[in-house]
Amino acid sequence: MGLSGLEIYKLLPKTNCKECGFPTCLAFAMQIAAKKVSLDKCPHVSEEAKKKLESASRPPINLVTIGSGDEKLEIGNETVMFRHEETFYHPAGIGFLVDDDMPQAEIDKKISSIEALRFERVGQRIEVNLIALNNKSRNKDNFLSALEKITEKSKLNLVLMSDSVETLKAAISVAKEKKPLLHGANKENLDPMVSLAKESSSALCISSSSLEDLSALAEKAASGGINDLVLDPGVKSLREMIESLTYIRRMALRKSYRPFGYPTIAFTRQSDPFEEAGEAASLIAKYAGIVILRNTETWQALAVLTCRQNIYTDPQKPLQVEPQIYEIGSVTGESPVLVTTNFSLTYYTVESEVEAGKVPSYIISVDSEGMSVLTAWAAEKFTAEKIASALKESGIENKVKHKEVIIPGYVSVMSGKLQEESGWSVKVGPREASGIPAFLKGMKK
Amino acid sequence: MALELLKERWSNAVNTVTIGATKEEGGTRTSIVKAGGETCLPFMLNEGGMPHKPVLAMEIFDIAPQDWPDILKEPFKDVYEDPAKWAKRCVDEHKAELLCLRLQGTHSDFGNRSADETAKVVKSVLDAVGVPLIILGTGDEEKDNIVLAKTSEVAKGERCLLGDATEKNYKTLTASCLADGHNIIGESPIDINIAKQVNILISDMGLGSERIVINPTIGALGYGMEYAYSIMERARLAALNGDKMLSMPFICFIGQEAWRAKEAKGPESEHREWGPESKRGPMWEFITAVSMLQAGADILIMRHPKALEETRKYINNLLGA
Ligand code: SF4
Repeated sequence: MGLSGLEIYKLLPKTNCKECGFPTCLAFAMQIAAKKVSLDKCPHVSEEAKKKLESASRPPINLVTIGSGDEKLEIGNETVMFRHEETFYHPAGIGFLVDDDMPQAEIDKKISSIEALRFERVGQRIEVNLIALNNKSRNKDNFLSALEKITEKSKLNLVLMSDSVETLKAAISVAKEKKPLLHGANKENLDPMVSLAKESSSALCISSSSLEDLSALAEKAASGGINDLVLDPGVKSLREMIESLTYIRRMALRKSYRPFGYPTIAFTRQSDPFEEAGEAASLIAKYAGIVILRNTETWQALAVLTCRQNIYTDPQKPLQVEPQIYEIGSVTGESPVLVTTNFSLTYYTVESEVEAGKVPSYIISVDSEGMSVLTAWAAEKFTAEKIASALKESGIENKVKHKEVIIPGYVSVMSGKLQEESGWSVKVGPREASGIPAFLKGMKK
Repeated sequence: MALELLKERWSNAVNTVTIGATKEEGGTRTSIVKAGGETCLPFMLNEGGMPHKPVLAMEIFDIAPQDWPDILKEPFKDVYEDPAKWAKRCVDEHKAELLCLRLQGTHSDFGNRSADETAKVVKSVLDAVGVPLIILGTGDEEKDNIVLAKTSEVAKGERCLLGDATEKNYKTLTASCLADGHNIIGESPIDINIAKQVNILISDMGLGSERIVINPTIGALGYGMEYAYSIMERARLAALNGDKMLSMPFICFIGQEAWRAKEAKGPESEHREWGPESKRGPMWEFITAVSMLQAGADILIMRHPKALEETRKYINNLLGA
């Protein structure tokens, strides 16, 4: 909720000294309101005015950064309740819990299994972001030695979980560079935790299973000078969790309710990998900023990370692949040539079916502005002319000895035209990508 | 100061569709299911209700499944040659409360079975189990119109759910449903306007809107799930805000989509980093189901027994057993 030019003017010194580069304080204020200059151009502005302006220009949900460098995690700053209204901007952080009461060897094993949870699919990397170290032993030394192991073996961002201020203080002194999230503050330890977070400039998590208490604690922490807060609505059933996360987001966005203007963290409760994945997927869809799981099965993480990838895809900008030739398998001059669009879902669906068919092939993705076959055809983005020029410009003529191209079954009507335009003979492929393996195998005979 | 949460108050409810008719109602089913009826966003029970739990149906074919991976065939391999036995397996062992029979064998690529022959298969399934039926064509318009008309006749009075009607091909199926007392699935290609249009076209022929189900055509987890997710959220918000022509429950073909994904069926030998497909496949189907439930799915068509079981647990966990 930005302030108007006039409101900003009221906060300025009103001396018109011109040092900001503008003729009057009012002119300067107008430029700030239009977000063209920043307040620090005025050397005379009071601390109080600075604070007011800052808080007024804050987004309804703060952006919180955990970690540093390339692998840092940014969460929050979301603007809508439903993806279709805009998009969800900052993909939920996915993390895994490590208890500090496990034997050293098991901690080692756990760390390497967490580290393995990185995959590539549809041209994007999807991977784990965090390790949450839990002071289950309630012993400081255990916590520190587990922390040492983790920082030695992993570059993942950290959530440090203990309700002992002393333990966290000792931990932060060795892991300060990693900018961990402190988890954290509750009703009993709020003040010393706030001071610790402030001293170490770390993000602080606030936990309470009552939304009422959570808002009161957040308000107190904020007045203690902390902006980087993360809200933990506590341990409860999945249904209550969805409810809490929904209300936190809704109050922040629709009521500009400051105490809820922060990202959230949610912990799964189930120990079975299926049940846990079901929880995690629901929490991702319903507004959690960070989801912390226990199980580290690859087949579980793959599904959970893919769910996050989907939910956080911008509905306004369909993912596209580079329009070019793709070689699937060990291709030769005799290999079949298929064309499809450059909408990444379409392309990767075709690619995976070609792979499954085990017939080495070329796929040419034609620039169709990221539309699927039928949509692109209807919008004239996937026409005989376009395909003909893609055949020419891609350089496929230098790679294969034949001149036969396979087109998607849905656009069979363009066969004649394409043949004319390109000089290639046209073979009509199956309508659905699932028919490709059988189709390719049939061709070989 | 007490914290006052911003609660939504919706003006409209999703329609309730009843599938199956007992003897008293002119059918022969021993149980029926009701789907829809929500007066809130998914699982936001303190703002309204979900009077009927989302319904889980198992999918069976009239012929042996053609392109199913082994993982999926395994639980049915001794019965899938016989649709009646397959149906019984789903009901007796996997406690399916609803079955979805896909008439795949009528397609010219899969045997081109005639309407009369198919009618016998439908009858055999109806005789074998007491749960209600969803019956689907193959999407080949001409053949579907012949086969589903006949199917509708032999299942007269059973209050099945028949599909799919599309914007271009809805008249024959709607007429059959009107004549024989069935419900209908209106299909649209991930497009809210077409979904609404199909519902209007069907209603205009006189079939009550409480007898229509929306098939928004979903994508699997990782393969466009999010498009359907958002179309369903939009349609559901419109419904709760009073749009009667979008107030129909959603049917989602979870198993069909999920098992097309290579992440579901790809063997571990080719994708070591993904882990065993025996877990991964059912997980893929399950998380596809979870995502669609969070978007408002009412009837979910499942394939793998493990995915069915996990989805059932998930729903019971949220709504109480
Ligand atoms: S520098 Fe500050 S006080 Fe001087 S004119 Fe600009 S805004 Fe006004």
